[in-house]
Amino acid sequence: MPAVSKGDGMRGLAVFISDIRNCKSKEAEIKRINKELANIRSKFKGDKALDGYSKKKYVCKLLFIFLLGHDIDFGHMEAVNLLSSNKYTEKQIGYLFISVLVNSNSDLIRLINNGIKNDLASRNPTFMNLALHCIANVGSREMAEAFASEIPNILVAGDTMDSVKQSAALCLLRLNRTSADLVPMGEWTARVVHLLNDQHLGVVTAATSLITTLAQKSPDDFKTSISLAVARLSRIVTSASIDLQDYTYYFVAAPWLSVKLLRLLQCYPPPEDAALRSRLTECLETILNKAQEPPKSKKVQHSNAKNAVLFEAISLIIHHDSEPTLLVRACNQLGQFLQHRETNLRYLALESMCTLASSEFSHETVKTHIETVINALKTERDVSVRQRAVDLLYAMCDRSNAKQIVAEMLSYLETADYSIREEIVLKVAILAEKYAVDYTWYVDTILNLIRIAGDYVSEEVWYRVIQIVINRDDVQGYAAKTVFEALQAPACHENLVKVGGYILGEFGNLIAGDSRSSPLVQFNLLHSKFHLCSVPTRALLLSAYIKFINLFPEVKATIQDVLRSDSQLRNADVELQQRAVEYLRLSCIASTDILATVLEEMPPFPERESSILAKLKRKKGPGHLPDIDDARRNVNGSTEPSENTEATKKSSPSLMADLLPTNRPRPASSSPIMLSAGTMGSTHPFTDLLNLNSTPPSGASLLVDVFSDISTAAPAEVCEENFLRFVCKNNGVIYENQLLQIGLKSEYRQNLGRIYVFYGNKTSTQFLSFSSSVTSSDTLKAQLNVHAKTVDPVIEGGAQVQQILNIECVSDFTDAPVLNIQFRYGGTLQNIGVKLPVMLNKFFQPTEMLSQDFFQRWKQLGAPQQEVQKIFKARHPMDTDVTKAKILGFGVALLDGVDPNPANFVGAGVIHTKNTQVGCLLRLEPNTQAQMYRLTLRTSRDSVSQRLCDLLSEQF
Amino acid sequence: MRNTVSTSLTNQKLQCPTMQFMLLFSRQGKLRLQKWYVPLSDKEKKKITRELVQTVLARKPKMCSFLEWRDLKIVYKRYASLYFCCAIEDQDNELITLEIIHRYVELLDKYFGSVCELDIIFNFEKAYFILDEFLLGGEAQETSKKNVLKAIEQADLLQEIRGVPLYLQKPPEDLQVSREDLLSNTTNNRT
Repeated sequence: MPAVSKGDGMRGLAVFISDIRNCKSKEAEIKRINKELANIRSKFKGDKALDGYSKKKYVCKLLFIFLLGHDIDFGHMEAVNLLSSNKYTEKQIGYLFISVLVNSNSDLIRLINNGIKNDLASRNPTFMNLALHCIANVGSREMAEAFASEIPNILVAGDTMDSVKQSAALCLLRLNRTSADLVPMGEWTARVVHLLNDQHLGVVTAATSLITTLAQKSPDDFKTSISLAVARLSRIVTSASIDLQDYTYYFVAAPWLSVKLLRLLQCYPPPEDAALRSRLTECLETILNKAQEPPKSKKVQHSNAKNAVLFEAISLIIHHDSEPTLLVRACNQLGQFLQHRETNLRYLALESMCTLASSEFSHETVKTHIETVINALKTERDVSVRQRAVDLLYAMCDRSNAKQIVAEMLSYLETADYSIREEIVLKVAILAEKYAVDYTWYVDTILNLIRIAGDYVSEEVWYRVIQIVINRDDVQGYAAKTVFEALQAPACHENLVKVGGYILGEFGNLIAGDSRSSPLVQFNLLHSKFHLCSVPTRALLLSAYIKFINLFPEVKATIQDVLRSDSQLRNADVELQQRAVEYLRLSCIASTDILATVLEEMPPFPERESSILAKLKRKKGPGHLPDIDDARRNVNGSTEPSENTEATKKSSPSLMADLLPTNRPRPASSSPIMLSAGTMGSTHPFTDLLNLNSTPPSGASLLVDVFSDISTAAPAEVCEENFLRFVCKNNGVIYENQLLQIGLKSEYRQNLGRIYVFYGNKTSTQFLSFSSSVTSSDTLKAQLNVHAKTVDPVIEGGAQVQQILNIECVSDFTDAPVLNIQFRYGGTLQNIGVKLPVMLNKFFQPTEMLSQDFFQRWKQLGAPQQEVQKIFKARHPMDTDVTKAKILGFGVALLDGVDPNPANFVGAGVIHTKNTQVGCLLRLEPNTQAQMYRLTLRTSRDSVSQRLCDLLSEQF
Repeated sequence: MRNTVSTSLTNQKLQCPTMQFMLLFSRQGKLRLQKWYVPLSDKEKKKITRELVQTVLARKPKMCSFLEWRDLKIVYKRYASLYFCCAIEDQDNELITLEIIHRYVELLDKYFGSVCELDIIFNFEKAYFILDEFLLGGEAQETSKKNVLKAIEQADLLQEIRGVPLYLQKPPEDLQVSREDLLSNTTNNRT
């Protein structure tokens, strides 16, 4: 039985509620409600003035109807009238109606504000509280405008009742959240901080919430709260459980206040004052110690309240990230909870450990719990707990345990709940890439992912595996072999067909030597999947077929037959039909050379942040999932929510980049025309190079060049490592270290060239004062003009910028220009020099000629100084196709049927320089038995012959 | 629609983490009390309520009391026929929220004297008043049970006596709704 009478019940209301509850159907309920609404409307409109009680009763009925889920479009005025009643219950119902049903009807807002104003001025604490509750509940801008300047006065006035202070503090907190600009800072803020010292723990509780919010906005203004909060916390944690009387909750002293104080301290870095700092450390130690004490009660409320404080203390320890002993103790405590019988505690321990894993002090300790976490993944019955276990495994993963963790996640994936499969797939893909020591493991892992959970493998994941295979030539053969084997399965996922089609189309030649995976076998295997696939996959397969025609002339006829069939040429799908028609045509009319150029191997993808990571971030929301590495830094003093904005910024450039067609595997997404244009270079060389002649170098970039010349007196050392790999190709990665990757895309026409240099920031931090310029030796300066456009001085973390170099060859040359890069990363200045792969052979124009013409010229160039010959040992397998490709890549035309010995290669071309043109003939004679080559070059200039011979002889 | 909801909810992220809303609903999915601490349109509120009630009711008894939902954390607990459910933010403390729920149930129990779902249906306005005294703007205002009840009782004393005292108004047996005490030991209010 209630201790006191609950005042006047509204009989009519109770009857109405009973009626509604006795309605047998929804229709009956609506009928009853409409009857009531009509009744109330007529009462409100009636001539007879309603007394306060009736008004209250009807307003309360309307409220009930609204809370049942029905719309209410009248009665607001009557509710507002109740505010001015001097009867408490009437006023109270009026305020409740407004709190629940307020809309921005401007007339009413003025009336409501008027009522609130009167009650705030009434000096009756009960009325004042009602008014403050209403402001806190509604929190609209109009109310903030009207009261935000008045409430601080109420809060800090000496004669304000405690309960009013509490309401005023939280009311101000709400206004500060919704309209911070309207809450004036001022002299009152200093006095608010001193509320932490208040006698009344309820006041302290409310004030702590307010101060935390304010301190987040302007931490400097509330610094004094640190020492007060520590003092208060210290008194609470050392008090006997009865000291705080009614603020003790199930033998835990003021748990809510403790949590709030610990939260407030998380707005600041560890206290600088040593005494204060050690007092805080003592508090935290006491809290950790209490966790080890036997419980004072068996009730779950006792352990919940105690552990709530403990978890908040651990959050603070993690936030400070400066006391290794505390971090390790926290970690061990959580380790105990991992095996606790309470599911809630296991869940929270997994969650909290995730953050500990990112601290360098506790990362290793977290790792010791790996078996328990893996076990949780296997045995927890609640999917939310298993989800936490997956998160923790992801967070604790590093090079030492990546293989184990990835394997466990893969095996969990087989039975995982559908709701979290996609996320696990993304995580596995990221870990596999990040910690791949050898890329064969990476390829295996991704193919396993597709096998186990193909439906959940998003485009990002399979795009990424293709990007990586294309960029790493050491894994291409393995990838081809593995997809070939995976495709043997009778039923394989369509995503596997996509990856398989793409990789075999690019690198099928690497396994074609084995008769079990001969070109025809590969083709038949792919084509056996064709009819089961969707249109985009079929389009991709068609592109793979045309690539096969280039790679394997022996299956050309078979593939042409397929392309020619009605199901392709007359396919109802426009895209498929177009591809079939164009590919068929291309394969019929194009010469081997053209085919080889158009269907050249895909150039490496510019490196950038994994799009999978971006996707996971999007999925989890910014800030939720810090980069594994980046988070392992000290987060001291991060009072502003910088992590969020950083993460958003970081992911946006790569999202942008995803939209650019050049960054995606093209056959799936763009038309065949785009495909060929893309492989040959993104812009048409001719038009671009014409512009070059008419554009004088701009003054600004000259200044930059001069400046960087002076400042880069001695670049550490010039990297030549990849220089020779670019003799026969124009695109690829020229330089890479832990911070930076430089990719090149080049195009040449006659004596002009253009290089697109891509600088990729591999870190998550900005590169500042970035500059890059090209320097040449004095001799080279006269022979080669290189003009570098300026680059943006800032490269965002994970972003990539492009620089264009325009090149003009004046006369033949042997040196190479050097690309000098300077930038600031963290505090240090980085200095990198890279030898630019601009070689004489880049200015070749191939020349087709007949046998007799060739020999005629050959004889004409018979002078001893015109010929250079070199005999050298083969460094690579002597493969005819590869050799052909290299000679074509070198820039000359391959002449068939010239040399009487078909095993020999003969080529011709003209070097274009501004001053002159130099004709060039070459002959390469392989001796497979001796594994040797003989290379002969004849040109009209001895220096040219020598240089070309030096360059080409390094390639075989 | 979904976007607007999540935007308005995540905007709060820049602020101190706070409770976003509290819902009380029955095992049958009937909403008994709703308190919103962030501004949302009626349409959004209805959508959130519908989704969340479904999600929580689908969970099995022994599962943990926390779940991730959109970008929020849901903390819930069942007392007899009623589910108490709070949405908090990522940084917020789950266990202390669980005890906020419990303290609120204790307050209702003390005020009504062995509270049951029917008390909350017939005296919904009281349930709101008690909540306002305890939680304001999503933050604990007064955690002392004695002080909260004192404030409510003082207010009750201000009321003029009229009609029948509330405790005599308990409605007749209602088959749809359990009159089981929320804090009775026979329910799954595990101790």
